Amino acid sequence: MLTLSGIHTFYGPIEALRGVDIQVARGEIVTLIGANGAGKSTLLMTICGRPRATRGQILFDGEDITRDETFLIVRRGIAQAPEGRRIFARLTVFENLQIGATVGQPQHFDEDIEKVFILFPILRQRRNQRGGTLSGGEQQMLSIGRALMSRPRLLLLDEPSLGLAPIVAKQIFAAIAEINRTQGLTVLLVEQNAFHALRLAHRGYVLQTGRIVLSGTGAELLANPEVRSAYLEGGVHA
Amino acid sequence: MTEAAVPTRIASAMKEAGLAAFVALVLAMPMVGLYTVDEGGVLVVRTRFDWVLIGVLVVFAGRLAMAYWPATLRIPARRDAAHVAADGHFNILKFLGIAAISLAVLLPVLPVTDRYVIDVATTVLIYVMLGWGLNIVVGLAGLLDLGYVAFYAVGAYSFALLARNFGLNFWECLPLAGALAALCGILLGFPVLRLRGDYLAIVTLGFGEMIRIVLINWQSFTGGPNGLTSIPRPSFFGLPFTRNPEEGETAFHQFFGLEFAPYHRLAFLYYLILALALVTNAFTMRIRRLPIGRAWEALREDEIACRALGINPTNTKLTAFAIGAMFGGFAGSFFAARQGFISPESFTFIESAMILAVVVLGGMGSQIGVVLAATLLVVLPELGREFAEFRMVLFGAAMIAIMIWRPHGLLARRDPSIVLPPARRGAA
Repeated sequence: MLTLSGIHTFYGPIEALRGVDIQVARGEIVTLIGANGAGKSTLLMTICGRPRATRGQILFDGEDITRDETFLIVRRGIAQAPEGRRIFARLTVFENLQIGATVGQPQHFDEDIEKVFILFPILRQRRNQRGGTLSGGEQQMLSIGRALMSRPRLLLLDEPSLGLAPIVAKQIFAAIAEINRTQGLTVLLVEQNAFHALRLAHRGYVLQTGRIVLSGTGAELLANPEVRSAYLEGGVHA
Repeated sequence: MTEAAVPTRIASAMKEAGLAAFVALVLAMPMVGLYTVDEGGVLVVRTRFDWVLIGVLVVFAGRLAMAYWPATLRIPARRDAAHVAADGHFNILKFLGIAAISLAVLLPVLPVTDRYVIDVATTVLIYVMLGWGLNIVVGLAGLLDLGYVAFYAVGAYSFALLARNFGLNFWECLPLAGALAALCGILLGFPVLRLRGDYLAIVTLGFGEMIRIVLINWQSFTGGPNGLTSIPRPSFFGLPFTRNPEEGETAFHQFFGLEFAPYHRLAFLYYLILALALVTNAFTMRIRRLPIGRAWEALREDEIACRALGINPTNTKLTAFAIGAMFGGFAGSFFAARQGFISPESFTFIESAMILAVVVLGGMGSQIGVVLAATLLVVLPELGREFAEFRMVLFGAAMIAIMIWRPHGLLARRDPSIVLPPARRGAA
């Protein structure tokens, strides 16, 4: 569904991605793990065209989207819950979701918002509340729900567990697994929380200073001694 | 609070007050302390240091009180209450709005209303309309525009030139003037698409000045600094407001069998601007509930998130500039029709600042706030006429007071575009 081949991305003179190849197949959850500054967020943002890849090609459903404008990429069916959630703080939860549906068909709105409310029931109770007054976990739910309102075929998630209590992070991961299972939505997930992310994912990639150094199924990577020592030691969860 | 803390607080408050008093002294000494009188054709400088002393004491006492009781003096504007319930607050605003509209409609027929009142009210409504137009750009889309007066000028000159050169009447010119102003809005929009905040403000400021300087220098087309005179007055659906209409025409007073009175024309102009302003308001209220209006507000909150949600920021910004400019153009047409004479003098930066002040003091994005602020900013200097040369001091003091007590504007609360009935607990 999504194929990146030989992607190079620069921030000025700094080469943040040095020839990345990844593939995401329909219906998969693929996770990308790596340390701070490895280029994980840059990779997600490059898929969305901001910053643009200087070399390489990004194919989505066989079409080249490397040079497209961000909003056009989103309209092709790639939705993103961006890093830092970026919800609209002064607008209500309901208005946030309405804006998420900008790209979608108006006749799908009621059905889609019902799906979001079933996935995250707390948002239904908070729907008249301003986004900025939600807790961190609720804001993350809203960010994901807002992305889902456009009926995407591919969902990009940038560190959804960042800054959340472990129990809330678990809820978020459970919700991601559920959308993938029930709606068949393809997910590309970037995480520092490697343990949960790899348990959730069908496949994973390890990104290190702008290069993919390892790939495999979630279980394989979890069992890999290098991955264990670099990303899981000292963080043995559950 | 410990006992030792009290004297320190007084001491620091005294220090702050002393500093403020010193600044006041330095400023007031030449500006208030010295004045000139004409004695037999010669200007003589006189002093009045007692006035300076009074002023300095007032500043000292005021600053001392503010520093000592900051909590009681600064009522925080509760701009972000968590729940947006459909409760009393909104009903009060709604009631206020209806009351204000009723008053506005009845004003010309009230017994206390004379030419002066209707004139001031018309000016207030021009600023209300301009404020509502600028509110689309600044309040909703969050694009700081310091050159809004340019669109006002484009509207005014469009009407004046079209009416004089092609003999079009007011209603034929209005859409054309709006379209031309909107075109200018798009023209301004393109170069500033990538700019935000301070940089955007500087470029828009420059744009406003450019339009004014073009108006001054393009003598053959705009009449240059002399302006354009004898702009045709709007008629009441073809009935002119003249005492002695031309051959074959029926004047307003003849048609309705009334005694001729200049007041009729003033009242008509008043109702005209009232209608234009209300159309602006209705349009804004409606568009906030449409995807484009939501996109504006989303853009104000977070441009990156907007892109990530598939909103085209280019189109969103350009429509905001164009529609805001269009209403500025309508107001400009009305201004030209009312005055019968326009010149670049009327479209200086101070006008832009005044319109922006209406929006900011009213509370960005608040429709009723704009009405309150426009009324305040127009009526206050009028009331201050009795204070002669000190009316601008009064005006400045009022603005400072608003900024101290309502730092986010008179009505800073953002009304949601939609409020749903509260969810039943556990509903799923």
